[in-house]
Amino acid sequence: MKDGVNGVALAVFIFFFLLVTVMGFLAARWRKAENEHSLDEWGLGGRSFGTWITWFLLGGDLYTAYTFVAVPAAIYAAGAAGFFAVPYTILVYPLIFTFLPRLWSVSHKHGYVTTSDFVRGRFGSKGLSLAVALTGILATMPYIALQLVGIQAVLDVMGVGGGENTNWFIKDLPLLIAFGVLAAYTYSSGLRAPALIAFVKDTLIYIVIAVAIIYIPIKLGGFDDIFAKASEAYGQTNPATGAPRGALVPPEAGQWTYATLALGSALALFMYPHSITATLSSKSREVIRRNTTILPLYSLMLGLLALLGFMAIAAGIKVQNGQLAIPQLFETMFPDWFAGVAFAAIGIGALVPAAIMSIAAANLFTRNIYKDFIKPDATPEQETKVSKLVSLLVKVGALAFVLTMDKTVAINFQLLGGIWILQTFPALVGGLFTRWFHRWALLAGWAVGMLYGTVAAYGVASPTQKHFGGSSKEIPGIGEIGYIGLTAFVLNVVVTVVLTFVLRAVKAPDGVDETRPEDYTADAGDPGVQVELPPATAGSAH
Amino acid sequence: MSQAPEASREPVVTPMRVVIALCLIAPFVAMLWVGSYAKTDPAFIGIPFFYWYQMAWVLISTVLTMIAYKLWQRDQRARKEGAR
Repeated sequence: MKDGVNGVALAVFIFFFLLVTVMGFLAARWRKAENEHSLDEWGLGGRSFGTWITWFLLGGDLYTAYTFVAVPAAIYAAGAAGFFAVPYTILVYPLIFTFLPRLWSVSHKHGYVTTSDFVRGRFGSKGLSLAVALTGILATMPYIALQLVGIQAVLDVMGVGGGENTNWFIKDLPLLIAFGVLAAYTYSSGLRAPALIAFVKDTLIYIVIAVAIIYIPIKLGGFDDIFAKASEAYGQTNPATGAPRGALVPPEAGQWTYATLALGSALALFMYPHSITATLSSKSREVIRRNTTILPLYSLMLGLLALLGFMAIAAGIKVQNGQLAIPQLFETMFPDWFAGVAFAAIGIGALVPAAIMSIAAANLFTRNIYKDFIKPDATPEQETKVSKLVSLLVKVGALAFVLTMDKTVAINFQLLGGIWILQTFPALVGGLFTRWFHRWALLAGWAVGMLYGTVAAYGVASPTQKHFGGSSKEIPGIGEIGYIGLTAFVLNVVVTVVLTFVLRAVKAPDGVDETRPEDYTADAGDPGVQVELPPATAGSAH
Repeated sequence: MSQAPEASREPVVTPMRVVIALCLIAPFVAMLWVGSYAKTDPAFIGIPFFYWYQMAWVLISTVLTMIAYKLWQRDQRARKEGAR
C-alpha cells in the first residue's frame, strides 16, 4: 500500500460521489406522480419502470459492491471454490423466469408491496406473514452493513481510512459522510434515487471491468502466466491449516459443496426483500420476463471480475485482509486517475443496493408489522412516513453495526442471512403455484429450517474462527459436504409436506385465500390491475 | 412450467411446453454436474477449462432463456386466440 492519500484517485472519487449525490436528490422529480404520498410511489417508484430501468436497477441491486470485492477476494484466497458465484447467477434466471411474473401479477392485482403481503393474502395467516417479514428484515440488515464494508475497503486503499492509530472519529468520518448523504436522498426520493444512480454505477463498473480484463493481463504477460503463477500459489501449504491454500479446479470432495452453494444461493436470491422491491417496481409482466434474458450480462461481468482474483495473485499483491486485494490491485496496476474511477465504481456500487435494501426492509416493517399489528387503520400517508423513518433507522443500525463490531460479525450474519432467507421459499414460491400447503405446516417448516440452519452454521469452525467459520457442513444421510442453507431448505420442505398431510387429515382450519387463479397471470392493462401509465405502454403480450 | 389456469380445453403438456421446460432445466443439469467440467484442459487463451466453460454457459443459458421466452409468448398468444 502506498503511504498517504492518493490525491488524484481521491479527487476523481469525490467528483463521482458528488455527481450521484446531486442525481439522488433530483431523482425525486423524475417521473413524478400526482399521489406522491403513497408507499407505491416512495417505495416502488410508482410501479412504473420499463425494461431498461429495471435492468439497471436489478443489476445495481443484485451485483453489489460487496460482491465485487468479495468474489475476487474468495478466488484470491482459495481459487476455484470462490467461482461458484458464476453458476449461481446462471441458475437464477431460468428459476425466476418461472415464478417472478406470477408474483408480479398477483401483487399488482392486490396492491402488494412486499412478499409478506402476498403470503398473508394467499394463506390468510398473519403469523406466517410476520415470520416472512422478520426473516427478510433480519437477512437484509447485515447485507446493508456489508455494503459499508465495501466502501471502507476502497477508502482504506485510497489512504483516507486512516491507520490503526488514528482517532476513531477521523477514521470513520468519510464513511459517516457517505452514509449521511445516502440516507438523506433515500429519504427524500425513495426508490427513484437508486434507480437513477444505478445508471452511473453500472456504466462505471462495465467500463472498469472492460479495461481491467484487457489491460491487466497485457501488463502481466497474458492469462497463461497469470494462471501458472496462481496455480503455484495455491499449491503452497497454508501454515494455519496444513493443507494447500486452494486449487484451480475443485477437487472431488469439493464438488458437492460447489454445486449446493450455487443452487442454494440461486434459490435464495429472489427471496431477498430488495430483489422483490426492484421487481415489483417494473411496469409490466413482460418487463420481468424480458429482463431474465438480459440480466445474465451481469453474470458474464461477474465471471470476468472473478478472474481479477487470479490477477491479484499474479501481480504479487499481498494483503492480510482479502477484501483489500482487488482495490489494491487497481491501485497498483492503474494510473491514479483511472484507479479513482474504479474506486468510485465500487463506492457507488455500495450506495445503490444499500438504498434499495433499506427501502425494502422499511416496506416490510411498515406493511407487515406496523400496519398488521400496531396500527391497522394507517393511511397511505402514514405508511409512507413510517417507511421513510424506518429506512433511516435501518441504515443507522447498519452503520452502528459496522463501526462498533468486528467486520467478521457482519460477514457471519450475512452468511446466516442467506440461510435464513432461503427458508421463506416454500411459503412464497410454493404459494405462487399451489394452495395445497397448510399455513401451519409452512410455519413449522420455516421454524425447523431456521433452527437447523442457525445451529449448523454455529457449529462450523475454521482456522480463524470457532463458530460461523463457513457455510458448508456434512449433509446428514449423504455424508458429503454441502451448503447448510440448502440442507435446511430440504428439511423445511419435508416438514411442510408431512405436516400438511397430517393437518389436512385432521381437517385443521385453512386461512382465507383472497387471490384467484386468474390473478397470477394478469398483466398491466387487464381489468382490475392498477395501471399508472397509458395502456399503450402496457407490455407486448396483447 | 405448469401455468395453464385460464386455459381452454387444450392439453396442459404440449410439445412446445416440453421444449420450454428443457430450455429452463438444461442449465441446472450442466452447472450442478460439477464433475463434468472440473478440469483444467483444454484451456482457452490461457484460461483453464473450468472457468471458460462456466462463462460460456452464461451465454448458452441466456440463449436458452430467450428461446423459452419467445416460445412462451407464442404459446400464450395461441391460447388466447384459441379461447376466443
